[in-house]
Amino acid sequence: MAAQREAHEVAGGLLTTLARLVDELRAAGVPVSTTEVVDATEALRHLPLEDRPALKAGLGAALVKQEGHLKTFGTLFELFFSLQPGLVEDGGEGAGMGTAQEGSAEPSSSELAQMALDAMLRGDAQLMKALARAAVQRYAGMEPGRPVGGSYYAFRALRQLQVDALLARLLAQAQETGGLAGMAEADEYRRRLQQLRHEVESEVNRRLVADRGAPAVARAVRRPLPEDVDFMHLGHDELAALQRNIQPLARKLAVHLAHKRRRGHQGRLDFRATMRRSLATGGVPVEPRFKAPHRSKPELWALADISGSVAAFARFTLQLVYALSSQFSRTRAFAFIDGVDEVTDLLRGAPDMAAAVHNINTQADVIWTEGHSDYGHALSDFVARWGRDLTPRATVLVLGDARNNYHQVESWAVAEIGGRARQVWWLNPEPRAYWDTGDSVLAQYAVHCTGVEECRNLRQLRRFVEQLP
Amino acid sequence: MAGMTAQEPTSPHFSSPQAVTEGLKAVGYLADEAISSVVFLAERLGKPVLVEGPAGTGKTQLAKSVAEMTGARLVRLQCYEGLDESKALYEWNYKKQLLRIQAEQVAAQDETWDQLEQDIFSEPFLMARPLLEAIRATEPVVLLVDEVDRVEVETEALLLEVLSEYQVSVPEMGTVKATRVPMVVLTSNNTRELSEALKRRCLFLHLDYPDAQREREIVLAKVPGIREDLADQVVRTVQLLRGLELKKAPSVSETLDWARTLLLLGVSELEPAVATRTLNVLLKYRADIERAERHLAGAAS
Repeated sequence: MAAQREAHEVAGGLLTTLARLVDELRAAGVPVSTTEVVDATEALRHLPLEDRPALKAGLGAALVKQEGHLKTFGTLFELFFSLQPGLVEDGGEGAGMGTAQEGSAEPSSSELAQMALDAMLRGDAQLMKALARAAVQRYAGMEPGRPVGGSYYAFRALRQLQVDALLARLLAQAQETGGLAGMAEADEYRRRLQQLRHEVESEVNRRLVADRGAPAVARAVRRPLPEDVDFMHLGHDELAALQRNIQPLARKLAVHLAHKRRRGHQGRLDFRATMRRSLATGGVPVEPRFKAPHRSKPELWALADISGSVAAFARFTLQLVYALSSQFSRTRAFAFIDGVDEVTDLLRGAPDMAAAVHNINTQADVIWTEGHSDYGHALSDFVARWGRDLTPRATVLVLGDARNNYHQVESWAVAEIGGRARQVWWLNPEPRAYWDTGDSVLAQYAVHCTGVEECRNLRQLRRFVEQLP
Repeated sequence: MAGMTAQEPTSPHFSSPQAVTEGLKAVGYLADEAISSVVFLAERLGKPVLVEGPAGTGKTQLAKSVAEMTGARLVRLQCYEGLDESKALYEWNYKKQLLRIQAEQVAAQDETWDQLEQDIFSEPFLMARPLLEAIRATEPVVLLVDEVDRVEVETEALLLEVLSEYQVSVPEMGTVKATRVPMVVLTSNNTRELSEALKRRCLFLHLDYPDAQREREIVLAKVPGIREDLADQVVRTVQLLRGLELKKAPSVSETLDWARTLLLLGVSELEPAVATRTLNVLLKYRADIERAERHLAGAAS
């Protein structure tokens, strides 16, 4: 039970571990203030140390204040608190596993395969732990003193277990079951495999921690936070994570624009209403009434470069525009390479992002001659065809790297857009240092823009959304 | 130390996070380890809890259940854009003050202005709004600040004094300090990044949709008479749908509505055809329903 401990009773080792965990969190980019460290120390006094999930949740609540950072915290907590030998007395499970393993002979590979099948079929957490332990022991080929490379060992162990083939077999089996039950079953198998992967990674990390100490392992497995991953180098999982993050951001942008509109000065004095209101206070106009202010409805126009050179960025761009169009009815979206086409309806009509991308790739008329970016032609064509629809209420976002392949710049087109719209923002996925090198002609467009922002990751995009006037 | 203001939290209710889980269960709220641990810690440290997550995951209900569990009164401040001091903290009832002054003019004028001023800026003329009400309460209260992401950044600053010092300053009367630290729960749908200052003062709890096992327990607890295998099918299907890319994923309360609907219809086995027919209980957008229908049709064939 968690009898309240006095500060000095919190074991020194525990405090050191906490301090190291905080250092590593900060190194990974998670902001942790001193107040929060004090809170976490306080939390250690109260929380039951033997109850790891409670300890993890409690420390997490004190230290981490953003959903996107919880995963990083989870990994680090495991390294520093769960896998560290001798820090906290082990709860029954871990110790039990150890003795069980020593007691029995090392399982053969066929026994391991059987274990893997059982683990997947039953989803038994204990069995998965045992399997992970045995598999890493037998297959990962970990030796003390080798460089820390956690994902490699885990990859080897999982490959030798042939989990992918196993999953395929189970999925086929689920398919035969058919119906809703079959689908749910397939879902469950995928989840269990994910769990097994996690167990194997944990086991590898546990051994590495024992060999090298938690801080070294933490450094080795450090990944950028979701908001710091470069749009240009998105991996498969990161893209999925981005998808989840874009939606709230688009909502934020929509709320933000609508919000700015509602705030601000009240309208003119409404004399009649004020007089009527004053009757309740004996003719003294205590509360002046105002007319509702005139409201202009902002519009958002997005022009996105979807050419090959910014393919990864373009996928993100389309995602953003897709999310925007579902949140914000007055959004118009345009895609361009060397030609330009409106894609608002293609995006709005699509049930999901994949369909939207497919629609745009097959139906949008964005190639004029050769299919290499030609900003000059695309922008001037845009002005000629849709320029007259631009109003002073419109905010225009141009998303692209301004790499013009040495075509005509036609910067007057941006000037024209700027003249008609309320503001024009250019978001560039390239690092600032690369701007205006080679065939990038950003500077010539930039002079006509309200602002040009580097937009390489979610953090920068978020900052842009928040500072948008 | 932070959280150790003049008022120590009054005698703690719970000996461990486990006890919180049991307490919440007794009032019909199935908490997972993270929830109980954070609630436990909030009480021990006297810190507010910021609960964030998608709509329909039981954020508001958590505050209500904590109040019920501890036998405290729930004081609720519903946030909205344009919420200001006079709606959150307190307001002078100036109509009443005006009447008082006018009454003074009619009656014999034996009262000096100072007396009158003292009089009209006193308790009977003060209208306490939720924050002041929670601070002044002598009995235990749980203060729920709902959808805090809806207020402007400027208004957020108002909350800071209350949440860190547990006090409210009324210039005419002085500072009102809490006699006991109220339990504070703030909820946010994350439509806006909250200020760092506010986040620093709170314990952070991210509430996501429950996993299959917990959701099954919730369905079994909240829908009396449902058979276990039907509950299981319902939950599995809902979890499947949440995996799709939807405008609005089904919330826990929608899962419960769906389970009740199926029960009323006398469904014993959840077939794709039945599921498709009743999808409108679960999903509220045309596009989402169509998308789910297509997905379920894949299961039927």
